[in-house]
Amino acid sequence: MTLSIDTPHVGAARERLARCQRFAARAGHFLLRMACNPLTAIGCGIVLLLCLTALFAPWIAPYHPLVQDLDNALSPPGAQHWFGTDEFGRDIFSRLVWGARITLYIVLLVSVTVGPLGLLLGVAAGYFGGKVDAALMRITDIFISFPSLVLALAFVAALGPGLEHVVIAITLTAWPPIARLARAETLSLRQADFISAVRLQGASPLRVLWHHIMPLCLPSVIIRITMNMAGIILTAAGLGFLGLGSQPPAPEWGAMIASGRTYMLECWWVVTVPGMAILINSLAFNFLGDGLRDLLDPRSE
Amino acid sequence: MTCSIPAVSNGAPLLDVHDLRVNFVNGRHSTPAVRGVSFQLGREKLAIVGESGSGKSTVGRALLQLHPAKARIEAARMQFGDVDLLRASPAQMRAIRGRRISMIMQDPKYSLNPVVRVGEQIAEAWRSHHRGQHAAAKKRALEMLEVVRIREPERLYQRYPHEISGGQGQRVMIAMMLITEPELVIADEPTSALDVSVRLQILALLDELVKARGLGLIFISHDISLVRSFCDRVLVMYAGRVVESLAAGDLDRARHPYTQGLLAALPDVDQRRSRLPVLQRQASWLSD
Repeated sequence: MTLSIDTPHVGAARERLARCQRFAARAGHFLLRMACNPLTAIGCGIVLLLCLTALFAPWIAPYHPLVQDLDNALSPPGAQHWFGTDEFGRDIFSRLVWGARITLYIVLLVSVTVGPLGLLLGVAAGYFGGKVDAALMRITDIFISFPSLVLALAFVAALGPGLEHVVIAITLTAWPPIARLARAETLSLRQADFISAVRLQGASPLRVLWHHIMPLCLPSVIIRITMNMAGIILTAAGLGFLGLGSQPPAPEWGAMIASGRTYMLECWWVVTVPGMAILINSLAFNFLGDGLRDLLDPRSE
Repeated sequence: MTCSIPAVSNGAPLLDVHDLRVNFVNGRHSTPAVRGVSFQLGREKLAIVGESGSGKSTVGRALLQLHPAKARIEAARMQFGDVDLLRASPAQMRAIRGRRISMIMQDPKYSLNPVVRVGEQIAEAWRSHHRGQHAAAKKRALEMLEVVRIREPERLYQRYPHEISGGQGQRVMIAMMLITEPELVIADEPTSALDVSVRLQILALLDELVKARGLGLIFISHDISLVRSFCDRVLVMYAGRVVESLAAGDLDRARHPYTQGLLAALPDVDQRRSRLPVLQRQASWLSD
């Protein structure tokens, strides 16, 4: 008396193979759709290029990023030095390539820490409601009411300059929007029937949050983080520019602009090249985030 | 409201509810949803029928304390076996939910998590109460799928809720709720999202499982003719009160005008009537 309209039984292995194929097809389709949108494709390409550059920096960079060559100080772009040299005769192209590592390090570390932090706080606030919600959301409001760069500045000033401290400071300023997003998603899920169903099986709040609410909040949080990456690059560069990021010999893009500022009028390339690098990369992350949102957001179709 | 028929089984009733009241409080304003419902339940099939908004589902959810915080639940007595549901701590309630009382929900489309494989959801119900037994949970879930007559359990186990049909979904839901072997099952309109032929299969399945396992069943429905053939006893609710409680076979001898009106509004194959009577509500039903 079953009504299941299944195809005849196939082996478990066949089934698994079919599943893998379906997954591959879906992933391929996803990438194809992403490539169809030119802006997303460009953004994705640039981000990929950034990752490759950072990964293979020692092989790509023609010169050592830290070794000074005072004879060739401030030489303009040419065949010898593609993007010219800075005031100590260091090759700017090499420094850019090595700087990609620092930028990517900050972006990835912040994204990895900010996602779980914002997600946890937001989901807890949304699910438990009442006093927990009020307390967590007021803390979020306090953090959100500072301009993020000023707040990051304050944190770095308190912790002392350095790359790790920059990461901590940016994380502390970047979680509130994500917590709010996760809370909003949780509020809409909390009264869903399937959450009631799980609860009336006797699942503890922790289990409900971890197994059922978090996975459903993830897509929007991931999109939000991708869109935030541009902001993270800018904040990191801003802190570097103010001398609070990674310290002088390190080829951080913001710090490169800061040191080139003195020669800006005579030697345009010292400031322009790292500036363009920051611009292009934050733009690329924005394109990528927009593209991902169009693809992953279930409400967009 | 004292016309409650004692439970069929001898000995102490499984569930004893006396004067249950549920109010939804919103600021200073409070809306009564259930106003003094009393009933006893043994190992039998009890139906709660009534029109929309009469508080049938609210009673079911109040038993499991599934309401949001703004619902205030009061009762003179709410005894389930040896546990007083009114005074149970959240941890005690979690141990009861699923393990001893479970609830089959209306529409499998909304009551299964869309991003978790159905098999895992069934296994999770078991794991909630048996920590860390992954392999055993999977085995039990597959057995349960067979019990609810899914033809290829292994195959269905790997499916996501959008990949299965409504009838399969409701079977999965029943499997999920019965895997922990509860003593009492609350079925909240379990068949209203299904078409007629699947509905009969699901009911037959439910009937068989209830008989085989000696469960108590509270069957919440608005379909009075379905309830008459399926259940042992019927509570008729109107505006948050039980207006009449009688054995399913005695429905023809209903005394309350509301029950009589509900029955009169049913079309009959044998007696052709040019026009079905419209239920005339009386204001006095709200108070007496």
